[in-house]
Amino acid sequence: MKRREWLQLSGAAGGGLLLQIALPTQAQASAQAQTQAFEPSALIRIEADGRILLKAKNPDMGQGVKTSLVMLLAEELDVGLDQVQIEQAEWDPRLLDQWSGGSQSIPRAWEPLRRAGAVARWLLIEAAARQWGVERDALSTARGEVLHAPSQRRAAYGALAGAAAQLSLPDPARLRLKGRSEFKLIGKPTPQTDAAAIARGAPLYTIDVQKPGMRVAVLAKAPVFGAQPLKANLAAIKKLPGVVDAFLLPGVEQAHHKNLTTRRGTGFEGGVAIVAKNSWAALKAQRALQVDWSKTEWDEASTAGWARQAQQLMDGPGEQVWRADGDVDQALAQAAQRIDVRYAFPLLAHTPMEPHDCVAEVHADGRVHLIAPCQIAGSAATALKAAFDIDPAKLRVEIPRIGGGFGRRLEHDFVLDAVAIARQLPGVPIKLISTRESDMRHDYYRVHGWSRIRAGVAADGSLQAWHHHSVRCAHRDPVTPKLRATLFPARFIPHYKVEASTINTHIPFGPYRAPGSNTTAWVQESVLDELAHASGQDPLALRLKLLGDTPELRDPDFSAARMAAVLRLAAKQAGWGRKLPRGQGLGIASYFSHAGYVAVVCEVSVSAAGEVQIPRVTVAVDVGPIVNPAGAINQVQGSVIDALSSTLMQRITVEKGAVVQGNFHDNPHIRMPQVPRQIEVHFIETERAPTGLGEPAFPPVPPALCNALFAATGVRARELPLSLHDLSQKAWQRS
Amino acid sequence: MPRYSLNVNGQPRPLEAEADTPLLWALRDELGLVGAKHGCGAGLCGSCTVHLDGQAVRSCQLPVSALKPGQAITTIEGLGGTDALQRAWVQHDVAQCGYCQAGQIMQAAALLKANPRPSEAEIDAAMAGNLCRCGTQLRIRAAIQSVIGGAA
Repeated sequence: MKRREWLQLSGAAGGGLLLQIALPTQAQASAQAQTQAFEPSALIRIEADGRILLKAKNPDMGQGVKTSLVMLLAEELDVGLDQVQIEQAEWDPRLLDQWSGGSQSIPRAWEPLRRAGAVARWLLIEAAARQWGVERDALSTARGEVLHAPSQRRAAYGALAGAAAQLSLPDPARLRLKGRSEFKLIGKPTPQTDAAAIARGAPLYTIDVQKPGMRVAVLAKAPVFGAQPLKANLAAIKKLPGVVDAFLLPGVEQAHHKNLTTRRGTGFEGGVAIVAKNSWAALKAQRALQVDWSKTEWDEASTAGWARQAQQLMDGPGEQVWRADGDVDQALAQAAQRIDVRYAFPLLAHTPMEPHDCVAEVHADGRVHLIAPCQIAGSAATALKAAFDIDPAKLRVEIPRIGGGFGRRLEHDFVLDAVAIARQLPGVPIKLISTRESDMRHDYYRVHGWSRIRAGVAADGSLQAWHHHSVRCAHRDPVTPKLRATLFPARFIPHYKVEASTINTHIPFGPYRAPGSNTTAWVQESVLDELAHASGQDPLALRLKLLGDTPELRDPDFSAARMAAVLRLAAKQAGWGRKLPRGQGLGIASYFSHAGYVAVVCEVSVSAAGEVQIPRVTVAVDVGPIVNPAGAINQVQGSVIDALSSTLMQRITVEKGAVVQGNFHDNPHIRMPQVPRQIEVHFIETERAPTGLGEPAFPPVPPALCNALFAATGVRARELPLSLHDLSQKAWQRS
Repeated sequence: MPRYSLNVNGQPRPLEAEADTPLLWALRDELGLVGAKHGCGAGLCGSCTVHLDGQAVRSCQLPVSALKPGQAITTIEGLGGTDALQRAWVQHDVAQCGYCQAGQIMQAAALLKANPRPSEAEIDAAMAGNLCRCGTQLRIRAAIQSVIGGAA
């Protein structure tokens, strides 16, 4: 990649240096080389007066990238974070990988951002070398200064910036980056950039935005996805105090049907908009709103109906075979121990603490200004073009701190909703807000699904056969079916078959923290536990035996050694093998997702009345080097608590085509008294480029909890959430 | 529209609002105090927590017309930014997304005012009404413990 293609240097006004950097993916970089002139965007700005401004490239939704990505720039630039001003980058299509999700921020930025910092440092050293007439090799940098040790001459970066801006760029690929032993920032626990602002209640979120002349709007949506507003009591609503306007907004047809395939719908769902002078007026008017919605073919659809359909499907063969190794039927027939079990997991709502919102202003001249909690603003731009013919060149998107993402804000419906309303009031800033009920009932849900697994163990305890029939309502899994069927334990079990069937629904699905993995891991790791108990083996021993000494696998990559290492570490730190009294138990699980290896041991204690306490969770993680240990531990503990919460108590059900639950009384979230006292996190920092940590600690937690529950009580939960089950002593089984 | 004069963070703050306007929205939309957040509108999540005469209340459930003249309202902004709890929240790097944290701090502040040396169980019970979707509860506990211990 030629240096011109992703770095550009210019002088900033007043004699400073502006280093503009774009970070293309490999495919995009080669495409760019053939097209128009390249115009990158500023991530490092050094003013002549000494101020250093670093931009946080990716949106921060609590996963800490406003700090960790900036640490990468600052490390190679050789400045402390206390010496710089950090600013969140607005959406800039030239930045390309400007999105947060898939645990991709750190792995994608690790090399390019460090190189960008190194380029800036190289230029500053070069400027000093020329000014002082000395060799580059005699110069060093520290804390924003260049030093010539022999003469003790020193200069702050600001003083050199103007001269540095006149130089030719070095080839970034040829610069030496720091080794791990040289890091001053990376690897050191660093508090979040916004910590103090958060603690004093600063206006950091989309919902906090206030602009002159702004109106607040709500969009009432159909209870049954896809239904359209036919008529509403608009005249009465417009008479309510504080209401400015109310109108029907028809949706783009088939908006949700596009979700039934793997393509995300670009349409607008539609609804009834109420625009008011303030939030309470809008929310109160929404309560008085009466709407006639159109009938749909889904008006009698229900979770119970789909569950019955799934059971019937699992009685027979799957519609598609995704993988078939060996002869699973024969192997099962010959197995010393075999099981045939069915699992079910529910829809989950994301429920970020900041409900669905967006600020939009549409101008008569076609300019659109958004302040939006987008995890991937580029996709919102594409959707705006498709739905409303908004020109991306006239679109400005500011991305405030996001009050929780979890994959919900990878969608763009909140943007379409706000713009649909704002287009009706050109020149008026519109703040779209939402009730919790509307947010919970109009989500892009974590898929529900059903699995039947038949598996068999030979007399020597080895896992010989595994037959999985997976029933899904959509295949919006970022991992393709073919890949899904090749992930562990495929390639480790000689007779291995994966089949799939699909049930069509009208429910919008979307990525939810560790999509695909957050359900597959629960099924797989629970079944491994069942097999261990059925064949009289220790669950850890069965897993280590299954992994064996298998060398590193490719396509897809999988390291049995790294998986075994996290299992052994978690087990050791948790005191695996301890005998606990009845009602208490340890469960173990492990999973590989987003290139990370994680093992979890969960300790539960169940009261005679069936109340579940989780005193301790032990997690071992291998994602390579940790950039910010403070943030990383928070991500792992957060993932654990998130997964415990949904496993214990969350589900979304559908009756008469509509979502039933609406707030935290009927779809609860874990509360402080039930949060574990200890969640210990142990990192194995293998030598490699780091991989991401927003998601991989989630998948092994639900099975670790359920396996612990089995160890404690003999109750095997094959349907979630656990609140569906009687866990009181009378239900405990002899194991 | 009725007029009110609310005593907020030690200052009289006049405003006009419908009688049933929850204090949360009066603070946010009329007085520009956006630290208290909208999370559920039903008193279930605690993101809207402020103090009324030193007691923690869910401002989304308290209409402005129900306030008595002179009742002292304290919001996160009224803690000044240098309160021991606020410093502990920074020192312990508590927040992830941060949306719930103003409510958490206000709840913790009310707890410590009423009970300066709560047990672990008392802390958990007092904080049970405040949800954190990101899972920062262990650090919330650590930050509160550090203030009790006088370490902040």
